[in-house]
Amino acid sequence: MSMPYYVGPEQMMKDKAEFAQKGIARGRSLIAVVAADGIVLVAENPSRSLHKISEIYDRIAFGGVGKYNEYDQLRVAGVRQADMKGLAYSREDVDAQSLANAYAQYVGSVFANEHMKPLEVELVVAELGAAHRQTQLYHVGYEGTITDRHDFAVLGGDSAQIADRLLATYDASNDLDLSLRGAVAALSGPDRTLSHEELEVAYLSSRNGRRCFARVTGSALEALLEQ
Amino acid sequence: MGLPLFPITEDPGSNFMALLTKTGAALPKFEASDEFSFRHGTTVVAIKYDGGVIMAGDRRATSGHSIANRAVEKVYPADRHSAIAIAGSAALAMEMVALFQVQLEHYEKVEGVSISLEGKANQLSQMVRANMPLAMQSFVVIPLFCGYDLARGVGRIFDFDALGGRYEETDFACVGSGSVHAKATLKAGFRPILSETTAVDLVVASLYDAADEDTATGGPDPLRGIYPIVAAVDVNGFRTLTEAEVAARFENVIAQRQAQREVQS
Repeated sequence: MSMPYYVGPEQMMKDKAEFAQKGIARGRSLIAVVAADGIVLVAENPSRSLHKISEIYDRIAFGGVGKYNEYDQLRVAGVRQADMKGLAYSREDVDAQSLANAYAQYVGSVFANEHMKPLEVELVVAELGAAHRQTQLYHVGYEGTITDRHDFAVLGGDSAQIADRLLATYDASNDLDLSLRGAVAALSGPDRTLSHEELEVAYLSSRNGRRCFARVTGSALEALLEQ
Repeated sequence: MGLPLFPITEDPGSNFMALLTKTGAALPKFEASDEFSFRHGTTVVAIKYDGGVIMAGDRRATSGHSIANRAVEKVYPADRHSAIAIAGSAALAMEMVALFQVQLEHYEKVEGVSISLEGKANQLSQMVRANMPLAMQSFVVIPLFCGYDLARGVGRIFDFDALGGRYEETDFACVGSGSVHAKATLKAGFRPILSETTAVDLVVASLYDAADEDTATGGPDPLRGIYPIVAAVDVNGFRTLTEAEVAARFENVIAQRQAQREVQS
């Protein structure tokens, strides 16, 4: 009779974390920055249709890095949760915190499940503040950790270096366009420049009306980056 | 609320109504009796002009022979480039509008693109069809749908029957108890290419005539400052005219009618 291998719980978690980190590091990074007049989300993404950044609800946006099929499934679940909540209660009752918690619960439970592989994703849920609510960024890690930020969140493999570069230039009083250029500079680093075709950009801004989410693409993005 | 995730073979995709059914959040269907008192919606109209479509509706809700509300809204944006107006049983109609709006936005967010204008009309047709058991018991909801078709660059109007039949109209359409009277006015004044101003004037005159003949249609109410809602859908999207603009148009109509009476006497 063969004996099953014993793997201690510490070792198992370490292996899982390593597996998830490797998966996430294979993809490219994403930054969410709180600007004076909104939130900028920018990701290195050469695809025009397979989005890393998406609209969840009126004032809530989603960003995901890692394995596309995994974070896209979570994105769709987020849209569903928000739309159902908005219909059952009111549009203003839809908040980022409960969604971020639900994401953290799910991602954490998959990570802890011994029969499942951990999700190779990292998420950010960004919420533009309103009269009764603060502007917030919720960063959800692959193991289900959740942190709330009021300045910026960096997701992906190179996140520590990118965050250092962004911290050096970050200024909470910058407007959306200025924050975008700062984020793109941090994302590309000193040795390369990213063109508008390699970037996916979206703004959460009250000037877009009820649905604050708007993508910035094509020539408009090119013009913003050249300034 | 947990995350609404499903096994891949049972996933409702971008269909919001299917999602509600799957999660058990859909409102239960009820059996209604005819004696039950309910509110009825009234006259709504839509007309094409050279830039898109104008849609308008009166503000009165009635319950039997009483006025239940003087400021009901019957014209809503369905999404950025389409509008929906309702006539019929008020509670069900409003529920239908709310679901329809969420369905369009839900699809757009999940899929990353909007449904085509015709696809939206078909969605609405299915919702009217689903209401048929209640329609048989006199809880009828008849929507009117219009929008700017971005793919074709034209305004389009769709009306429906109680069984969900969907019909595209070439010029204009009216729904509700005062629609016969509104239609007569629209028919007399319609020209193939109308400017936005002329179209709005025509729509306002048609609602005035409907309110003049039909007890369940409310006219302009200067005392309380309540006027029919008039909206335009063009290439730039949905917008409603301000109360002051609509009030001024009604003053014009009344002045014209007064002038006609003076000529006759």
